[in-house]
Amino acid sequence: MSDTRPVLTMTAISKFFPGVRALDGVDFRLFPGEVHALMGENGAGKSTLIKVLTGVYGHDTGAITLDGQPVSFSGPMEATEAGVSTVYQEVNLCPNLSVAENIFIGRQPRRLGAVRWRDMRRRASALLARLNLDLDVGELLGNQSLAVQQMVAIARAVDVQARVLILDEPTSSLDADEVKQLMRIMRQLRDEGIAIVFVTHFLDQVYEIADRITVLRNGRLVGEYPTAELPQLALVEKMIGKELDALERLDEQAGRDLAAVETGTPVVEATDLGKAGSVEPFSLTIHRGEVVGMAGLLGSGRTEAARLFFGADRADRGRLAVDGRPVSIRGPIAAIERNIAFCSENRRTEGLVGELSVRENIILALQAARGWLRPVPRRRQDELVQRYIEALSIRPADPEMPVRNLSGGNQQKVVLARWLITEPRLLILDEPTRGIDIGAKAEIQRLVVQLSDGGMAVLFISAELEEVLRLSHKVAVMRDRQLVTELANDDSLDADRIMRVIAGGAEQKDGTRHE
Amino acid sequence: MGSWRRGLPAVTGHRLFWPVVVLVLLLAANVVYRPSFLAVEVKNGHLYGSLVDIVRLSAPLILVALGMTLVIATGGIDLSVGSVVAVSGAMACLHISRQPDQNNLGGVLVALAMAVGIALLLGIWNGTLVAVIGIQPIIATLILMVAGRGLAQLITSGQIITVNSDPYRMIGVGHVLTLPFAIVLALAVTLLVAVLTRRTALGMIIEAVGGNSEASRLAGIRARRIKLLVYVVSAVCAAVAGFMMTANVSSADGNAAGLWVELDAILAVVIGGTSLAGGRFYLGGTVVGALLIQTLTTSVYAMNIDPQTALLFKAMVVIAVCLIQAPAFRAKFWRRRTSAGSPAAPAGEQRKEQVAA
Repeated sequence: MSDTRPVLTMTAISKFFPGVRALDGVDFRLFPGEVHALMGENGAGKSTLIKVLTGVYGHDTGAITLDGQPVSFSGPMEATEAGVSTVYQEVNLCPNLSVAENIFIGRQPRRLGAVRWRDMRRRASALLARLNLDLDVGELLGNQSLAVQQMVAIARAVDVQARVLILDEPTSSLDADEVKQLMRIMRQLRDEGIAIVFVTHFLDQVYEIADRITVLRNGRLVGEYPTAELPQLALVEKMIGKELDALERLDEQAGRDLAAVETGTPVVEATDLGKAGSVEPFSLTIHRGEVVGMAGLLGSGRTEAARLFFGADRADRGRLAVDGRPVSIRGPIAAIERNIAFCSENRRTEGLVGELSVRENIILALQAARGWLRPVPRRRQDELVQRYIEALSIRPADPEMPVRNLSGGNQQKVVLARWLITEPRLLILDEPTRGIDIGAKAEIQRLVVQLSDGGMAVLFISAELEEVLRLSHKVAVMRDRQLVTELANDDSLDADRIMRVIAGGAEQKDGTRHE
Repeated sequence: MGSWRRGLPAVTGHRLFWPVVVLVLLLAANVVYRPSFLAVEVKNGHLYGSLVDIVRLSAPLILVALGMTLVIATGGIDLSVGSVVAVSGAMACLHISRQPDQNNLGGVLVALAMAVGIALLLGIWNGTLVAVIGIQPIIATLILMVAGRGLAQLITSGQIITVNSDPYRMIGVGHVLTLPFAIVLALAVTLLVAVLTRRTALGMIIEAVGGNSEASRLAGIRARRIKLLVYVVSAVCAAVAGFMMTANVSSADGNAAGLWVELDAILAVVIGGTSLAGGRFYLGGTVVGALLIQTLTTSVYAMNIDPQTALLFKAMVVIAVCLIQAPAFRAKFWRRRTSAGSPAAPAGEQRKEQVAA
């Protein structure tokens, strides 16, 4: 086996979804005996790349080779048989079966059609022993810790003569000790010559184990780097990136006028607001006409904090005041009554009802607030929907089209329209521009500026610092489920400074883990 | 106003095309068996005939299926409707049988009100289990499906209660303006439910809850309340169906009344085009589905098919309808036929061939 020849190459891979270019000419290569981190923010194309590799999706252009031979898998089964195994974030095993059964499910050793249980148990023990795991293979998988389940999934994956092992965020639900255990197994497999693709959001883990890093952003390849040559700050910079030309026009008018924001009683004021296990207590005020940006890496608690404002989750500590008056927001309805609106980052699962039409989706929150007995008159519905289809240029401009047929950007505009017709005073936007094309992105950004100029308070959450800087009057930075600092968006604030605050967290965490 | 050829796919592609085709075929088969099948006549100012009978007998199923449609639209299911039919029928008959004068309209109305009241409670019970406690609908309503039979037996003390009340019998076999009263009642309830869901925003809100419960909650919909409501509506519909069924035979049998009606109702809903996964619902489709199932039942008896095997026959027709309706199945069936046989004929004509075969 020569280390100079990659076991796997992907060349100029492109993948289109309706309205979105999920992958655009991406190259990726993988050498035997390395751990290769695949990095990028959400929507960068990591999962799409993996799905293309394992045959879940076909690719529109490009080529894949395994051991120099061109391959194209029709599905994960075929990929596994060829030696490319995947372990997903959520363990897809059966907790109600034993460890041994889980390892051999679908390919149990048989004689005359009957499963050879003893043989199966013996082989399972041997396999786990190879990974230095001491387990009773007859035990139910569900009785094991998540980390052990994860490792059983890995054992299952590598038993099929795997040469490429893909780990898709394997550590996201593990604690520090469990992560260590997993890393040990990863090292061992690497030393045996298996090539490992490691997808994660935890920077410290990348620097602990990865030999090389490939960074994707917005479906494009940013670059491939040896870990040693890419400092942590540079990595964050490459992941978050800088926005290009189409948005520059907005830049001109940017540098928000801090003086324009009204002071006095804030629209909402959170004091030590928090929820155990979700987000540490934080304080934040948002004034009329103010855009507060929330920056931080994925999993830093941005979304969790925003959900507390809206009552999507119920805070278990702290206080919330609207217009200076203390309120208790027990659920979305209470928030909506106080003119707070929330566009979730998960359009499909938490935003839209895919089966219903554009019109029905737009009218939904207004209708819910009126109660079912007082339907919004059809003529008024058509009027409102038509106005917002035009104002936000929703395409296709057909109010009766089921909303699931629209592209991501247009779906996002439908969710926005839903809340705008309720005339909110605080609009919470959680990653409103993620996964949508650049034109729609610019439109949404322009809209945010317009709305705040008109007096609306906006909480704007985004992983893209350029965007946060362009729109916000002040920036709240989240890290490790804490609001670490609040920065006024004056001339001295730039992406580098925010990045240092964000990355600082990763370094710190790194330090504590290695003590 | 397209040409016939252009209009054809619009007709064949309609949700209700295949159920209606099967319904027409069933009626045609009946005519072949008994040429006088379609005859409708007026006797003593009342409408009589096999067709009228079919519609009259399908009235209770239509009612149960309407309630079931709303429940299914929220992504749930109500298995307890048969038991609610038995409980409400038993309750009404028990109260009437204790009246000194069973023909007293006031007494009958009180009996109906009491039975509807019990149905309301049963609906709230189902709705609470599903919406508040969060038990899976199929399990939550299974509880009442089993327990309700016991409750009905408790009410009737294990006996079959017979009543001799003209006002009550009216619900099952009476006539209004030449039309059977049951048909008028079913029509009225259908209109009521249609107005309630489609003239207000209730229908859209139910569809939103069934289509995406979490998104609906985040849009400010009180999803729990809506779920509770549909189980209550379902129970009340079942109660009215219970009056019809027991009035038809002037007796309440806690064991037999409404037995297996939940399955017919679910089938009617599905044949009508409402997905069991919840979301969009079609009341008109449900009515067609109920008519189809009743026609099938009646045909089986009319053609002297052995009652022992009638259910099997019924099941086969239902499976056929469901398969023909599924685009995936049609596509598969089709590919095989075209690859085996003549590839030339245009799609519209081939489809007709398939039905005739």
